[in-house]
Amino acid sequence: MSAPGTSRPARIVASGWGWRHASRRHPAVAGLDLVIEPGERVLLLGPSGAGKSTLLAGLAGILGDTEDGVETGALTLDGVPAAHQRGRAGLVLQDPEANTILPVLGDDVAFGCENLAVPRDEIWRRVTRSLDAVGLRHPLDRPTAHLSGGERQRLAIAGVLAMSPGLLLLDEPTANLDHDGAAEVRRAVAQTSTTLVVVDHRVDEWLGLVDRVVVLEPAGGLIADGPPDAVFARAGSALEAAGVWVPGSRPHVPRTPPLPRPSSPDQPPPRSPVGPGPLSPASPSPADPPLLTAAGVAVGHGGSAVREDLDLEVRAGESLVVTGPNGVGKTTFAFALAGLTAPLAGEVRASAQLARGTRSPHPHRWRARQLLTRIGTVFQRPEHQFVTRSVREELAVGPRLVRAREQSALVDELLERLRLTHLAQAHPYTLSGGEQRRLSVATVLATAPRVLVLDEPTFGQDRTTWTELAGLVAAHVDAGGAAVSVTHDEDYVRVLGDRRFHLEAAPLESQSAAQEVRV
Amino acid sequence: MTGVNPLALCVAAVLYSLPLLTSVDIVSAGAALGIWLVLFTALGITPATIVKRTWPLLLAAPLSGLSMLLYAEPGGTVHLTWWLVTVSDNSIELALAITVRVLAIGVPTLVALVGIDPTRLADALAQIARLPARFVLGALAAVRLAGVLAADHRSLAQARRARGLSDTRSPAGGLALAFALLVTAMRRGTMLATAMEARAFGSGERTWARESRLTRRDAVVVAAALGVALAAVGLALATGTFRLVGSGGGA
Repeated sequence: MSAPGTSRPARIVASGWGWRHASRRHPAVAGLDLVIEPGERVLLLGPSGAGKSTLLAGLAGILGDTEDGVETGALTLDGVPAAHQRGRAGLVLQDPEANTILPVLGDDVAFGCENLAVPRDEIWRRVTRSLDAVGLRHPLDRPTAHLSGGERQRLAIAGVLAMSPGLLLLDEPTANLDHDGAAEVRRAVAQTSTTLVVVDHRVDEWLGLVDRVVVLEPAGGLIADGPPDAVFARAGSALEAAGVWVPGSRPHVPRTPPLPRPSSPDQPPPRSPVGPGPLSPASPSPADPPLLTAAGVAVGHGGSAVREDLDLEVRAGESLVVTGPNGVGKTTFAFALAGLTAPLAGEVRASAQLARGTRSPHPHRWRARQLLTRIGTVFQRPEHQFVTRSVREELAVGPRLVRAREQSALVDELLERLRLTHLAQAHPYTLSGGEQRRLSVATVLATAPRVLVLDEPTFGQDRTTWTELAGLVAAHVDAGGAAVSVTHDEDYVRVLGDRRFHLEAAPLESQSAAQEVRV
Repeated sequence: MTGVNPLALCVAAVLYSLPLLTSVDIVSAGAALGIWLVLFTALGITPATIVKRTWPLLLAAPLSGLSMLLYAEPGGTVHLTWWLVTVSDNSIELALAITVRVLAIGVPTLVALVGIDPTRLADALAQIARLPARFVLGALAAVRLAGVLAADHRSLAQARRARGLSDTRSPAGGLALAFALLVTAMRRGTMLATAMEARAFGSGERTWARESRLTRRDAVVVAAALGVALAAVGLALATGTFRLVGSGGGA
């Protein structure tokens, strides 16, 4: 692309660079030596906690001053400290919501130019060119709230390109997007001519776009550096062990069919929370009625339906995946199954066995406490479901509410199984993304619900967390439980898609209106 | 009201409302409302538009009149008494006056201010009123975050149900939810600040993509608003019907 404005690609030099956040004891990055030549496109990898995001923030010049942390060594763009050149590097963050700044599309793109004191006429020329470059062809007064996730990320890239940076920094720009949205973003990135540093767990998709792979080591330094082929050929297995997604190597998660057992008539008693324990529920047979039945369900946002007439059966011993593009109502449908929201029309009905002891066959009418042992929900954003101040308390909430036996032993076992013991006293918000994800799943498993509902459980996770997570869901299902997962992740579908429920963009009026806005 | 600077509309609304807020007689209010309806028709603002922008007020005005009718200080002939209710000449007059006054102040103000584009208002506040860019843009970005927080609130409430915590509608539960929402809002705010900084916000002198300036048209709007208020109050004074807020009894 001819970059709006004219700007040379930047040269990055890190020499012995490191950064320690003011609130942390250990540096996020230490002793980094790295040179990136102008125009190079680098995929930056590393296990969680290796300091990838910190390096990007450092390059973007937004780590702050001595109050925010301690810098060692030097990090320069074209020989000048990165912190002193705002606007030379443009950063796009993972969450599309976090990248949008202003309510109107054109203004959002213009924002960075204004901050760099670009003259008015030039601003609007750049706005038009940047939007062209990322393929967004909406009128400039389109409200940003009407954009899809993929469009928002492209908008963010346009906003950065309009500043004509020498360096484009992308921090997991496609983690929250569906397949098409992610492809849109990569097409936009392919058009740029700046130096590029992108952090993304899903390596395969970026391989055609980058000419170098750099892998950070958590303790400081590099695990590997070079052309993608060479790096993966040489260090593939080491990278895999470090949690990095290596192209072409699919994670393996064993699935074991449940052993036949005599069927037990009642709610399952408290059982081993993780994996098939000795008190596993009855092994399911196809003759058993489905645990949950959705009939003619309509779901939507606010009062208006985006999907109608959804029929689905959730069966014990089966892992079901719900797929489809962003915005078709997958999450709301899953939440209706989970009894967290009432369907707009139609009904969700629990089997007599699952509903035993409650006042209604409809899960959304159950008391919240009654959900705990029946249907557990893992939210897309783990932090939304944390309600206490420590990891240990967080795990104890559910067992206390259902008056489980030996609560403290149960919590200890969960901590151990999910490798959270060393964090038992930590505040949930301070955990890394992978740790938060493990904790959110553990809090749900703590009350041994029969049905698990998971909303995008694997998004943004490194390979290690991914494998653990898929293993937990597999163990739950193979022990006779049921799982319903909303996901965009094809690897997850391959391992856990015993059955797939695909939601296409629906030919409803509201939906076609939404389509129309995107022309 | 396109083509008029939002800042001028705000100033006009204040200048217009002040004289009318100090009086309670029916003549000044009725005159003002009448003049506006004529002006709106002349400007091509349809009754449908007016109703669309002011409907909550159209419901509220008769209600405020009704409370005057039933509970105002009795005066003149008393028509009806029942428990605390007394309908007298005075209360009938006040009820009418209040209803018309609420409409006279509310209708033109809402017609002018509803539908102001927050973006244009921000432009004007920063460039004309010279408020700090940090304040203005922060507020503008917050407008967008309000919608996001509504979605966060829904998620948090659902998450509390999923964690088994929403069975008792106790104040403690409500407080916990409010606190969780506050924490989320702060995190969103921090993220927003980071995104703004990443786009070089706060690095010094900045330009504005859209110029906001005051024109003759804006002066006309402000003058017209003030003129209508003064004409209406003048008419009441001339006819001897003017009644200041708080002054008891009829003229």
